[in-house]
Formats: sequence, structure tokens, C-alpha cells
Amino acid sequence: MAKHDFRYFFREGLSNMFSHGFMTFAAIGITVACLLIMGTFTLVAVNANGLLEDLEQENEVLAYVDDSYTDQQAKALQKTLEAIPNVASATYISKEEATANFAAEYPEEAMLQDLDPEIFQDRYAIKVNDLTRLSQTTARIASTEGITDINAYEEIAGGFVTVRNVATVVCVALIAILFVVSVFIISNTIKLTTFDRREEIAIMRMVGATNGFIRWPFVYEGLMLGFLGAVIAFLLQWGLYEAVAQGVDTNDTLQLIQVIPFTQLWAPVAATFVGAGVLIGVGGSLSAIRKFLQV
Amino acid sequence: MIRLKDVEMVYDNGTQAIRGITLTIEDGEFVFLVGPSGSGKSTIIKLLTGEVEPSVGRIMINGFSVSNISERQIPLMRRTLGVIFQDFRLIEKKTVYDNLEFVMRAVGASPKEIRKRIPYVLELVGLEKKANSYPTELSGGEQQRVAIARALVNNPDTIIADEPTGNLDPERSLELMSLLVKINELGTTVVVVTHEKDLVDRFGKRVITIDSGHVINDSVGGYVGGTIHG
Repeated sequence: MAKHDFRYFFREGLSNMFSHGFMTFAAIGITVACLLIMGTFTLVAVNANGLLEDLEQENEVLAYVDDSYTDQQAKALQKTLEAIPNVASATYISKEEATANFAAEYPEEAMLQDLDPEIFQDRYAIKVNDLTRLSQTTARIASTEGITDINAYEEIAGGFVTVRNVATVVCVALIAILFVVSVFIISNTIKLTTFDRREEIAIMRMVGATNGFIRWPFVYEGLMLGFLGAVIAFLLQWGLYEAVAQGVDTNDTLQLIQVIPFTQLWAPVAATFVGAGVLIGVGGSLSAIRKFLQV
Repeated sequence: MIRLKDVEMVYDNGTQAIRGITLTIEDGEFVFLVGPSGSGKSTIIKLLTGEVEPSVGRIMINGFSVSNISERQIPLMRRTLGVIFQDFRLIEKKTVYDNLEFVMRAVGASPKEIRKRIPYVLELVGLEKKANSYPTELSGGEQQRVAIARALVNNPDTIIADEPTGNLDPERSLELMSLLVKINELGTTVVVVTHEKDLVDRFGKRVITIDSGHVINDSVGGYVGGTIHG
């Protein structure tokens, strides 16, 4: 197809958008609404996931070192522990550091401020990569020579894993349902605009236009509708996200929640919105005009 | 050239519209197709434009066999035809120029060809000053001339006009028919479906009369047969 044809199709698509103003407004409005709902839901899910990841990382295994080990021997265990599969890091905490940490946790308890470090054991604070494999990892840590005892909150870790799994399944299912509903609504909106132009399509066919020639202006129109809808939805999403983030930041009871800054998210959000918008627009157009193209 | 051989057409609802029609229209001919309502005229137009396929028989149009034409070939066959309808069927949201441009675009004409051809065709139908008007700003006669210009713009082998004067007063009808005769004189085959007896008689061209799906008369000069009811 010649270059001038594409210019013509683009011009036709653009002019169709303006000459069917109400339908254009309806299609863009629905695209914006659907993308906003899906986007908001996804961003909530991303933040919830981030929060769960943070909480997971807080979860550490404490491995206590044999009292008979010298300071040097205890420190030497670090390499062995870090070599265990699934161990992300092993931080050595001497009994003196443990004593100081303990005292710092209870600053108002005078009797806990001057404890003898000898009642504590040297220890390692170990973080794991994957909480689902925590029990195998703790078993390996416990069997390491020089480790006498371990303290792992496996039930809490199991709880995090369950919450994340359920949240992921719910999010994916809801987003998929919203996507299908969006495509359906937009395809029907575009179908209405196409129905409005069935006479035009009949004339095109009568003068010998191929299906491709008839289809292209609609494809361009769908593409422009989808793109425009995506841009508007992105800007609204950005404003909405910033407003919610600010609200959470300034709310005392929500201090624990760390909202991921939009600057970290804008690129994937923009790419997803444009991709989904264009896909919905073009897909909707193609499905809408299909029945008018049968000879 | 148009050739129908033993063509029969039965619609899905069982109506038999055409019953064994055989006829030939040579290149460069001017033919009136006349007959009462329900005689099968519209079905013949649909058969000629490839909107429906015959149930029985063969149809050849400008080198295409419509009886077993592939979906891909239908647009190519239609490009050899220029069709004019009673209700004009112009795109109201496009100017006269744009209505003609999209027809040329549809057959892959270049912008240069379009810029050259459209003014020529508009001049031929006497509408060179209306290029930027919208159809709704034109009279019925002018709209029909735009439809003729659209049918002509791709230089088709054959023009098929389905009741082209149906919405026009007698004076405009005569003007329009004279225009079609002029186009025919330039070498294009013209088939006009009409029920206007006076107009048919006036031009002394070949007249094919259809009734109840049969050809009941095919002669030159004027309408022969009973009363024609539009």
C-alpha cells in the first residue's frame, strides 16, 4: 500500500472522529473509565504487594552460635551460612550488640539497661530470599556446625505467603474480568458508531473498495480513540495516585503504609495504558466492522 | 459486455424473482430495462453488481463470471461498473469533491490522478463550481449529477442506473437522461432501469421489458407491452 494511502486513511480516521463527535466522546469516555478502574486496581495491588514484600523482608531467622566458639570462630560462620541456598544475608550480632539492642528496645525499663552480655549468645540475623522454602532453609541452618539453636517465625512467614498468593490470584482474576468487560463495552460502542455508518460502508463496497480499504480508516480511528483514551486516563490516574499518596502520607493512622512513588511507576503505567488502549480501540474497531464487510 | 444465460434467481424465502433470462448487452450500447414493480428489475441489478448470486445460470460482466466469482474478485468486478441509485446514496458528511475522491482512493488512484480527474468529471456533469459543497446543500438534480460523476470518475466500462430519475421532476429527468446519453456517446455502456414510459419512448434506444421474471420484449425504439407501474 502506498504512503499516500496511509496519509489518507489517517486523515479519514481523524475526520471520522470529529464528524461523529458524540460517539467519539462516548468511546473515549468508556476507554478512560475502564483504564482508570483497571489501573487503580492494579496500582493498589502493586502497592499491597510491595507492602507484603517489605513485611516479608522484616521476617528474619535468628541462628544462635555455640557458646564455646570464640569471637573469631563465630564470625567465620558467616560464609558457611551465606552459602546455604535461599539465604539472602547473614548478619553477625555479637552478644554485646544483642545486649545493647535489647536495652534499646526497652528504654524505660531501668533494670534492663545494665545486663551482663554473658547471658546473651552470639547470633546471626538471617534473611531468606523465598519464604515458601523457609522450613528447608531453617533445617539447613540448624544442622550447621556451630549453630546450637534457631528461632524462625515459620507460621508468620506462612501467613505472608498465603496472603500474597490469595491477593495475587484475586488481583489477576479481577483485572482479567475488567479487561474483558472493557473490550466488550468499547467494541459495542464502536459497533454503534459503525452502525451509524453502514450506508457509507455499503457505498464503499458498491464502488469496488476492498475490505482492507474500508477497514483501514476504522483501524486508525480505533487506534486514535484508544491512544487518546489512554493519555487522558494516564493523566487522571497520575493525579488520583498523587492525591491518594498525599492523603496516606499525611494520615497518622496510615503511617505504616509506604506508598510507592509514582515516579517509579509512571513508565510501566503509561506503557500499559497506551498498549491496552490501542489494543482495545483497534480490536473493538475490527470486531465491530467485521459483520459489515461480508459480501 | 454483459451476458446472462438461462439465469434463475430464487431468494431464501422461496420467492422466484427471475425465471430463465437470457440476454446480451454489447459494449457501447444504451439499454433501458423496464417493467412493473416486482417484475425482477431490481434483482437483475443486484445480480449485475454481485450483491446476490444466481441460483441457476451464468452471468458474465466485463470479463468477470459473476456466477462463480471469488470474494477477492468482487471489488475488481465492481470497479468496471458505475452504479447510480434513485436515492443518490451520497455521503452527506463529505463534500462533493471528497465523495468522488474516496471512490478514486478505493481503486488505488494517486493524488495526482485524483486532482486531474475530479475537475474533469465535475465539468462533464456541470458541477465544477460545487466541488466544495455538501450534498445537503444541493438540489435533487444536482445530487443525482454528483452520483453520476461518482459513477463516472473511475472511468468504468458500464454504468448501471437504477431508477435514476425517480426523485426528479420531468425537466431534470430529461436533463439527466440526456447526460447519460452523452456519456454513452463517449463509449461507456449504459443500462438504465426505469418505469418512465415517456422518457423511454423519447430516446429511441433498445428497451428490454421484464415481467414476472421473464423477458417479454427486447426491441429498439420504445416501450412495447402493457402499462408500466413504478
